[in-house]
Parts: sequence; C-alpha cells; structure tokens
Amino acid sequence: MQFTFLNIGILTWLTFLPLVGMLCIFFLPQKKSQLAKWITLGCTTIQLLLATIIYIKFDRTLAGVNSIEGMQFKEIFPWISINSTEWFGKISIQYFLGIDGLSVPMILLTAIISFIAVLASWKIEKSVKGYFSLFLLLNTGMFGVFVALDFFLFFIFWELMLLPMYFLIGVWGGERREYAAVKFFLYTLFGSVLILLVMLALYFSVTVTDAITGEKMHTFNMLAMMNPQNFENNSLLFGLHTYWRYIAFIALFIGFAIKLPLFPFHTWLPDAHVEAPTAISVILAGILLKMGGYGLVRIALPIFPDAAIHYVYPIAFLGFINIVYGALCAMAQKDFKKLIAYSSVSHMGIVVLGIAALNTQGMVGAMLQMFNHGTITAMLFVIVGVLYDRTHTRQISEFGGLMNKMPKYSALVVIAFFASLGLPGLSGFISEAFSFLGAFQTHQWLTIASTSGIVLTAAYMLWTFQRVYLGTLPEKWNSLQDISKRELLMLVPLAIIIIFLGIYPTPMLELMNTSVNALVEMVKVK
Amino acid sequence: MEFFSKADLIGTLPLLVVFGCSLLLLLLDALFKDAKKLVFSVGIIGMLTAIGCSLYTFPLSATAFSDMVLVGGYASFFNILFLTIGIIVFLLSYSYLEKQHYHLKEFYTLIVISISGMMLMASSADLIIIFLGIEIMSVCFYVLAGYKRIKVEGNEAALKYFLLGAFATGFLLYGIALIYGTMGTTNLIRISQNFDAFSHPLYLAGWGLLLIGFSFKIAAVPFHMWAPDVYEGSLTTVTALMSTGGKAAAFSSFILAFSIPLSMHNEKLMMVIAILSAASMLIGNVFGLAQKNIKRMLAYSSIAHAGYMLVGLASGTKLGMDGIIFYLISYSLTNLGAFGIISIFEKENGGNLSYEDYAGLGSRKPILAALLSLCMFSLVGIPPFAGFIGKYYLFASAVQSNLTWLAIIGVMTSLVSTYYYLRIVVYMYFRESQQSELIFVPSLALASVVLVSIGIFIFGIFPSLILNVIQNLL
Repeated sequence: MQFTFLNIGILTWLTFLPLVGMLCIFFLPQKKSQLAKWITLGCTTIQLLLATIIYIKFDRTLAGVNSIEGMQFKEIFPWISINSTEWFGKISIQYFLGIDGLSVPMILLTAIISFIAVLASWKIEKSVKGYFSLFLLLNTGMFGVFVALDFFLFFIFWELMLLPMYFLIGVWGGERREYAAVKFFLYTLFGSVLILLVMLALYFSVTVTDAITGEKMHTFNMLAMMNPQNFENNSLLFGLHTYWRYIAFIALFIGFAIKLPLFPFHTWLPDAHVEAPTAISVILAGILLKMGGYGLVRIALPIFPDAAIHYVYPIAFLGFINIVYGALCAMAQKDFKKLIAYSSVSHMGIVVLGIAALNTQGMVGAMLQMFNHGTITAMLFVIVGVLYDRTHTRQISEFGGLMNKMPKYSALVVIAFFASLGLPGLSGFISEAFSFLGAFQTHQWLTIASTSGIVLTAAYMLWTFQRVYLGTLPEKWNSLQDISKRELLMLVPLAIIIIFLGIYPTPMLELMNTSVNALVEMVKVK
Repeated sequence: MEFFSKADLIGTLPLLVVFGCSLLLLLLDALFKDAKKLVFSVGIIGMLTAIGCSLYTFPLSATAFSDMVLVGGYASFFNILFLTIGIIVFLLSYSYLEKQHYHLKEFYTLIVISISGMMLMASSADLIIIFLGIEIMSVCFYVLAGYKRIKVEGNEAALKYFLLGAFATGFLLYGIALIYGTMGTTNLIRISQNFDAFSHPLYLAGWGLLLIGFSFKIAAVPFHMWAPDVYEGSLTTVTALMSTGGKAAAFSSFILAFSIPLSMHNEKLMMVIAILSAASMLIGNVFGLAQKNIKRMLAYSSIAHAGYMLVGLASGTKLGMDGIIFYLISYSLTNLGAFGIISIFEKENGGNLSYEDYAGLGSRKPILAALLSLCMFSLVGIPPFAGFIGKYYLFASAVQSNLTWLAIIGVMTSLVSTYYYLRIVVYMYFRESQQSELIFVPSLALASVVLVSIGIFIFGIFPSLILNVIQNLL
C-alpha cells in the first residue's frame, strides 16, 4: 500500500515536512518573526492529518516486524552506494522507510504531542525564529526514528534529535540550563556510541545477496539483521547464545535504556525536565523517552532474541527498581516539575517490565503504556506549565487551595492525576494492568513487588493534589486567572484521548496486536 | 641521453604550475614595491590553474621521471585537496594579516611554496621524494610559524618547531639511509612489497625511524609536544594551513609508505600503530579538556584526530585507507572553517582567543556562531555532518580487522571530546556577552567559511559523491 503526493511517499512527507517549514522560517524577515509560530503550527497540523490518514488506511492484519512484505507505506531507495572492489562487494545504505504495528502508535503519539507542544510554545518571546526552527528539526528527527528501517538511517535520525534538543534546553531553559543541556547531551551521546558500535558489528556480520546483481554484500537493513540465517559463519555475532552476542545486546540495551531512562542511567532526566521550557518537557517526556522503549522492541529484541531471553530477569529487575525507586523519589520532591519527572521514571519502569514479560499481554501492555504515558505526562507537564506561567514558582509548598480559584483547570488536573495513578476507566489503568498481567506469568514475585509502585504512585499523586489544589489558598495567589482558551485547547484533547482509551482501548490494541504477536513468536522460538 | 619525456612533463603539470607560480611570485615580490594585491591574485590564479591541471591529469595512472613521481589518481586527488586548502587560506589571510599588521607579500609566496612541497609528498614514488617534499613544506612552515617576529610566542613557536622538526627530519633521513643500505633501493613500491621478505635488524630499525618521522609530522603521541605551542604561537591562518594541509600531506605519504606493509597483516606493525593511535586519542582528548585557549584546544583536538586517522591505518584494510582519505577531507574542511571563524573573530594583537571571549557570540554574530557550531559538531562526529561519516568509516575498518578495542577507545574518547567542543557552543549561546565592540566580518573570509560549511554538510549527507572517487584511488 502506498500513498504519494508529487511522487513522494507519505512517510517522507511526514518526516521531512518540518524541514520545509524550517526553510520557510529561515527566509522570514525579522519583523515578521511571529509568523514562525503559524508556520510551525501549520506543519504539525498537516502532520496530524497525515497521521490520521495512516491510521485509517493502515492494514491491521499485516504483522511486519521482520517481514518486508508486512511493512506498509514502504519507501526504499539506495542512499549511500559505493561499488567497492573489496571482497564483500558493495557498500550500500538504504533510505528505507516503512511502518508496522509497532511504529503506528508512536507516529500517532508524535503527531499529537508535537501539535500540543506548538501550542505550549506560543508564549515564547526569546528569538522566536531560532526556537521554532529547532523545534521543527527536532520533529523531523522524531518521526524519522519511528519510520526508519535501515539501521544507519535510524541512527542518523536518532542523533539528529540531539542537537535541537540540546539548544532548546540550553538556550530557552531555566536557571541551570547549561548544566542540564550538557548532561543531557553527554548521557545521550554515550548511549549513541554504544549503539553505533553494535551497529558496526552487526554490519560486518550480516550478509545478504543483492536481488539484482546476485552480489554478496553487507547490509544495514534491520529486517535482514533479524534473520539468523543472514549471519555469516564465524563472524563476530554469528550463532546463538554466544559471548559476543550477549555483549552486543547489553551495549544496545544500555544505549536504549539511557533514553528510556532506566535506573541507574536516569539522572539526566530530572535535570533536563526541570530546566527545559514547558513545551520541551512535553516532548521530552511524551516522545523522546518512548524512543528508548521503541528501540528495544524494534531493534534489540528481534535482532538478539537469544540474549534477550538470557537477560530477561535482570531486565525485569531493573524495571522493578525503576517503578519503586522512581515513585519513592517522586514522593520526596519539593519541586512540582521534578515530581512529574520522577513519576515518568516510575511509569517507564512499567514499560520495561511489560517488555521483559516476553508474552503478548506484557508486550501489548508495554506498547500501550508508552502511548498512554505519552499523553498523560504531556498533560501533567502542561498542567505544571500553566501554573508556572502564572506564579513563576514550582515549589509545592507555596501552593494550596487552587481548586476554588481555578475550577476548570482543576477539573482537568483531576483527570490527569487519576489517569497517572491508574484509576480504572482512564487509559493508564488498562496499560498498567496488561503489563502486570503479562509480567505476572513470567516474573511472579517481581510483579507482586512492583505493584507496590502503584500504591506509592497513588500516595504521592494524592498527596500532591492535596497540597496544591486542596486546603486554603495563600493570599498572594488571590488574583490567579483560570485557564485560557489556548491552554484548554492543549489539555482537553489529551483528556479526551485518556478517557476514551480508558473506556474503549480496542482501536489502539487492534493497531499493534498482530505485530506484537509476531514479535513474541519470534522471541519465543529461540 | 634523454632524462625525461614529454609524458613526464604532462603528468606532473600541476606540480610544475605551482613551482612556476611560486618562482613568479618571488619575482613579482622583488620587482614591485607594493604588490600585495598582485601577489595575492597571481597566487590564486596559479593555484586555480593547478587545480585545472590536476583535474586533467586525474584519469592518468603512471609514474614519471624514472619511477620517482606518481602521476594522476591519488596524486591528483590530493593535489586538488592541498590547492583548495591553499586558496581558502589565501582568502582568509588577506584581511586577517591586515588586521594583525603583518601584511607582507612574502607570506603568500611562502604558502604557495609549502603547498608545492605538500603536492610532492602526495606524489612520491620514492623515499627521496618524500624527504624532498617534507623539507620544502617544513622549511616554509618554520618561517611561517615565526611570522609574529616581534612577539615572544611567535619566536617560541618557530624555534620549537624548527628544533623538533629538524630532529624528526634527521630520524626520517636516517631511516631512509638504513633502508637503502639494506635493500639497495629507495623505490617505494619495491621496498614496501618486500616488507615481509627482509628481517635484517637495521632494515626494521629503518622502518621504525621512518615511522617516528611521520608520527612527528602528523603530531601523534608521543611526538606531539610541538603542536600546542606552535599552533598557539603562529598566526591563526598559518595554524589553519599547518593543521589541515600539513597533516593531510603527512598522511598522504604515510599511506603511500605504509599501506602495503600493513595490508600484509604484519601483527607487530599493526600493534605499534594501534598503540600510537590509542595514545593520541587518549592524550589529545583528555588534555583538550583542560585548555582555556581555543587555539590550544584545537591543537589537542588535532592530535586526537591524528589518532582517529591512525585507526584506519592500523586496520590495514582498504576500508581504512578510504576512511582516512575521506576523514582528511572532512577534517580539513572543518578545521579550515573553525580556524577561519576564529581568525575573523580574533582581535589585533591576538585578543579574543579564550572561551570567555566567545560568550554571547550567538546573539552578536548569529551566522558566524552557527557556522562555528556546525564545525564543532562535525568535529565531535554527529550526523548529518561529514565528520560522522569519516569517523564511522575509520571505526568500521577497526571492527573489520578485529581491532574492536581500538574502535571502543575511539568512540569513548570522542565522547570525552564532546565536552570541550560543546564548551564553545555553550559559551556562544548560553552565556551573555561582556563585550560590545563591533566585529568586522570581511566578505572574502566569510565567503570561504560559508563555502567550507556547505562542503561539510554536503559530504555528510551525500558521502557517496566523494567516496566513489576515493575508493578507486589506491
């Protein structure tokens, strides 16, 4: 299936449309720099439409994952192609895009969150053109990661996000922005170099035969890497359950775990979140963290299923630590935004636990949790942002009794908070339940221990709610305004998604079910 | 008896043009009193002509002057690189020298002569030609390094470079003598193809001395001591020439001499070069962290980059050699860009060279700051810039030849390097400026910096453009 416009496929449009917008912004005269906002909004709106088309036309019966036939909206072109005289024939890196049930939810999420984030950036005054150019560049990187099926291309997009994010935190951030930006950069780059090394090792281990010329050649095609028969005899990563395969898996896992972020690589996250402007926090928590989880299910698991099974217990254990440790840290925070950041750490632990279940329920739970956490956390960060815009403080102790002063706002806060703590009827509950259900079959005791995280989450969420929104209003906040239409436009769609998926999650489950089943089958065989 | 044929002359046309051009410049220098503009433009025209000649000789593949000089292919390719570097350095220098009050016309003549030396190094088919090329280049560099002759640091740079350089040349020449003594020939092909056949201790010592000579010229640890002081003490555009053209030239003959012995999988030689490489990456990047002066920082960075390129050499594979050549191009472009911007920003009498001086440049000069950031990111090796593809190739070659440990050191140290490269970016964008003076941006220099940046970008996104050419060279 393919949709093209001007002979260019829909995925390319989705990915590179922001670059077109970026060029427009470059040539905008300084006087009309405010137009940059509208250009960005236009880009993200079109992306939202494209994502909707993909959602409607996506064939839910095709699995994808490791079969090229199952990939939809494919686009394959040679990109870097060098005819070499060496024994391994030619070097080829493809521009290979395609999506399956693992990527579609992420694409929807990215489109929605980006749209919300543009609205959240509306009040940016400091060099508007620069901000929105970087925002659009970041957007290209994010979509690229979710649609690329060539490892090299994936890596390029993965790294591409780093630069704009670094500047967005570093230039438009809070007081300690410099520290946070550099820390973010170094941590992520550390993960990237690990991924790069594994990518190299895989490249030299995998050989495929060129369909046209019959030449043997190395490849970066992810799908080819997932087939054990393509590994050359005696190459570094040949065979199953070998020492090198374990090392490669661990390196890849750490690379993705840093982004996720998994304990003990999580310390960049609270700093980055606290310093980043609201919109960037929304993107960071809503989309960037999901890339770690996506990398695990898209690359680490299907390419190294043997190693994944071997290390499944430690991985689940790290997930458990994340859940409980993140929740405990969140409870100890005085800064509202830092609290939300740690709650992200805790919730991403559930994703890891779900993946480590290695069965359909757990995996579906994990994927759904990524989507749900994306929407819920985005809402929470907007909520903090709304408060910060008005009061210029985030200290929980300075607030109290806001519910009476800002009733509309507080109603939305209630939805977000309860979704976050997993109240049945809201989306967070479904995905958490699935994850724990799946994990219970594989790691009984760890799952029982992890459920304590739910209690802790309920505790800090309710406690925060009580401290900020209930009780008596301090006098200095007597003149607070309730939320504006723009802010409503950000929060209400998210709230609708959260409620809808809480009551009727089937549309989302349908999208990923076939693919997740295929993935589980792949891993099980080993 | 005929000493040379017509084919020899045609094949070495680019070299002859540059030699002729340098002589012409000397003459113009003597004949006209105030001939800066004339010397400048004749030099550029000469180099452009030489680029044209190199393109013309590119399809040839032969040797000239009784197997002394390589013709076409590899040699022409490097000639184009050196001449491009030369032209960019010319463009950068004109206004810079004016600003620094060192605007003397010999400057241009010296640069053209040094470039003829570099071209000779890349076209050497004989050890004697390597020596000749290195000497022509180095003698010019000794003079250029001391160009700030009324300043202490200029004299320090020149003297230090000259003394250590003379030692290195001595080692090189002694090595050549020992090899000639044991092999009976100085022909590069014959020597390197019989590398494994000989094991006379003096012969091996000869190779060792050769290695030391080259390591000095590329500033690999432990022969790097001169680099930071010389880079700091020289005029910025001279530093740009030394760190790009000088390094590329040294590597071009390093590859000519060592690629065949290394492709024979001589474990010991491989190990020696791997250790040099690892040491350069570690020392260069770790010391780079501690620098406060940007030129010194870039000096340590250039030591580290020599280490990265040695990774490709150590691997001994074709992939590695192609990787070095690509890396040389991307590194040269990037360093020219970086030094170019530094030279635009530098105050007269050498102010504005510490990190603090770069604070707030992002808002004062957005284009310059953006281009400098682009150069820094390319040096770090972040896609989609050329530096990434280069590093990728080099580390890939290491993995291919079972030198995975070297690739790991490489990526880890480049991670360390991120910190000091990013520091400039941090200062430019995240800090407020203390200065309010206007910065004058000369249009010639700006144009060349923009051109270089476009190159970094294009080679980063479409590396096949150049890689397809490179891989037919060796």
